Amino acid sequence: MAHIQLNDIRKSYGAAEVIKGVDLEIRAGEFMVFVGPSGCGKSTLLRLISGLTSISSGDLMFDGARMNSKVPSDRGIAMVFQSYALYPHMTVYENMAFGMKLAKSGKAAIRARVEKAAEMLQIGHLLDRLPRQLSGGQRQRVAIGRAICRDPRVFLFDEPLSNLDAALRVATRLEIAKLHHEMEQTTMVYVTHDQVEAMTLADRICVLRDGKVEQVGTPAELYEKPNSTFVAGFIGSPKMNLLTGEVAGDFGCRTLGIRPEHVDITAEGALWTGTVVHAEDLGSDTYLYVDVGAEEPVVVRREGRRAVALGETLGLRPRPEHLHRFDGGGLPLH
Amino acid sequence: MTDMTAPLTQARPRALRQEPDLEARRRRAAFWFLAPMLAMLVCVAAWPLARSIYFSFTDTTLTSLYDGRWVGFDNYLSYRQLSSGRAVWRGTLADPAWWNAVWNTVRFAAISVSLETVLGLMVALVLNVRFPMRGLVRAAILIPWAIPTIVSAKMWGWMLNDQFGILNDMMLRAGLISEKIAWTANAETAMAAVILVDVWKTTPFMALLCLAGLQMVPRDIYEAAKVDGVHPVKVFFRVTLPLVRPALMVAVIFRMLDALRMFDLVYVLTPNSSATKTMSILSRENLIEFDKFAYGSAQSTLLFALIAVFVSLYIWLGKVDLGGRKPA
Ligand SMILES: Nc1ncnc2c1ncn2[C@@H]1O[C@H](COP(=O)(O)OP(=O)(O)O)[C@@H](O)[C@H]1O
Ligand SMILES: [Mg+2]
Repeated sequence: MAHIQLNDIRKSYGAAEVIKGVDLEIRAGEFMVFVGPSGCGKSTLLRLISGLTSISSGDLMFDGARMNSKVPSDRGIAMVFQSYALYPHMTVYENMAFGMKLAKSGKAAIRARVEKAAEMLQIGHLLDRLPRQLSGGQRQRVAIGRAICRDPRVFLFDEPLSNLDAALRVATRLEIAKLHHEMEQTTMVYVTHDQVEAMTLADRICVLRDGKVEQVGTPAELYEKPNSTFVAGFIGSPKMNLLTGEVAGDFGCRTLGIRPEHVDITAEGALWTGTVVHAEDLGSDTYLYVDVGAEEPVVVRREGRRAVALGETLGLRPRPEHLHRFDGGGLPLH
Repeated sequence: MTDMTAPLTQARPRALRQEPDLEARRRRAAFWFLAPMLAMLVCVAAWPLARSIYFSFTDTTLTSLYDGRWVGFDNYLSYRQLSSGRAVWRGTLADPAWWNAVWNTVRFAAISVSLETVLGLMVALVLNVRFPMRGLVRAAILIPWAIPTIVSAKMWGWMLNDQFGILNDMMLRAGLISEKIAWTANAETAMAAVILVDVWKTTPFMALLCLAGLQMVPRDIYEAAKVDGVHPVKVFFRVTLPLVRPALMVAVIFRMLDALRMFDLVYVLTPNSSATKTMSILSRENLIEFDKFAYGSAQSTLLFALIAVFVSLYIWLGKVDLGGRKPA
């Protein structure tokens, strides 16, 4: 159990500053997700916490103790890498036990711990295999199992699902969620560029943008009260409609945000009317792209499968309680 | 068949029938591309080799290359009972000079390749770390390898010279030796001198091959080991070494092949010293200088056989678990 505190953490590579002053608290036992577009510094921030990369300035505290100059193995962390980072010449068992032998635990104790972790992840039958004899999903489980064996205070994940196919990704996501419930003593920090992963796994999400924290909050808070157009556009699927120009001007703002699920199609009392330029039928929902004269078409979610002819004219009414108004700097207006 | 699809359905088996033809054509083309190389190899490798082996079973001399008579295994080993009743063994395999050369060669190969492997791996480990001007250092370290052996042998010959050599001078000044040593002429130090120069010259090659192997090892597993707090020495022996072993084995085979047929360095650095005379040196002496052409051919053939056996053995041993595979 560790309470992690980041005070004005900065990291530069030569002249390039990659992490530009991050202040963040991660509560003990919390599942914190760092999310943001590729290259925004998520991995770097995670590696600063792990100690694999040195911090240029600022303080990193675990339970009030400064960690800046501690080597990774003294921080009580375990890390799951995107590439799994399994030792290719060792069996699954050896992979999981390799780091433990140092701790001078007895052979029996090691075996017991490996087997317990293996059971948790249902990889008990794979212990004698080599990594290359495993599927991607199994490898990722072994990597997670190896991390569990360390019984860490802090569990770090760097995009652990991004090398898996879509179906496996959903299944492994569930496993990780389960893991979090079983290891409630362990603080987890999870990096992803996928906002769906962030929304489904996180207790709290930290949205990063260009080396700075854009917003921190629970998934619901980010969904309901994004405090910038960046977060508004990043969280939620499909993306929030961000309308500019005259349409926004009518509401006294520079950018008007409305989620596709918060726009109703009505014949009377319509605020906007436009023609359908594109439709995506997902089975459970249909997304309609309606050109209302703004720069980009408004996306509207409609439940079920209702065929709409392209070119059909629809009347749209955004629900006023779900409108988000932003000023020219992308900040919300209240 | 009158319907419209008939031509289509007929076309298909024809296409299928063409496929073996295509395959054969490809094979024929491949053969013609390979033919010049094969012809070349037959001329410069297979034919001389076959001739050498043939000569070794005759009594051919350098002056009458085409008049040799078949003598069977006499050049290798023969047995004669003298009238006095004493048994006499003759032939290369009963020749102490030959066994001295075998011992020299094997000793030289084993020691120099071991040293080169260890040093090469160490250099490679250093070069694998990121540091300023690494590219320059990598290139610079190859210089000894790039210098022709004759040149480096002459160069070292001077440095090791008993009267004017810089090494004697430096060691005298440092108080390491009390009098000048004739490194290359002295029977005790001649082999050490040859090994020293060979290690100096070939370690860069070894380092480069090791470096290639090291760069195949994924970097992230080192980070995993770091997070796990595994001691670096343990990481080296349990992670790095097993993973570079295939590359290391290839490098060792290459070097061993070279070392077993060592000639030029010894020829220039320590001529006529029985302490360093290798199989190649000895067989050349017999072939060219002592006019025992067939005898030298027998020695060449034995050297060839030794290398062939060694390489097959090594490859076979290596294949068993080249990928670190465990027997099922
Ligand atoms: N070792 C490094 N040297 C120089 N620049 C780096 C290094 N590692 C990362 N960067 C830079 O830092 C930025 C953030 O990288 P990263 O944290 O990997 O992004 P993310 O994980 O969010 O995709 C990128 O612009 C990347 O080029
Ligand atoms: Mg990353």
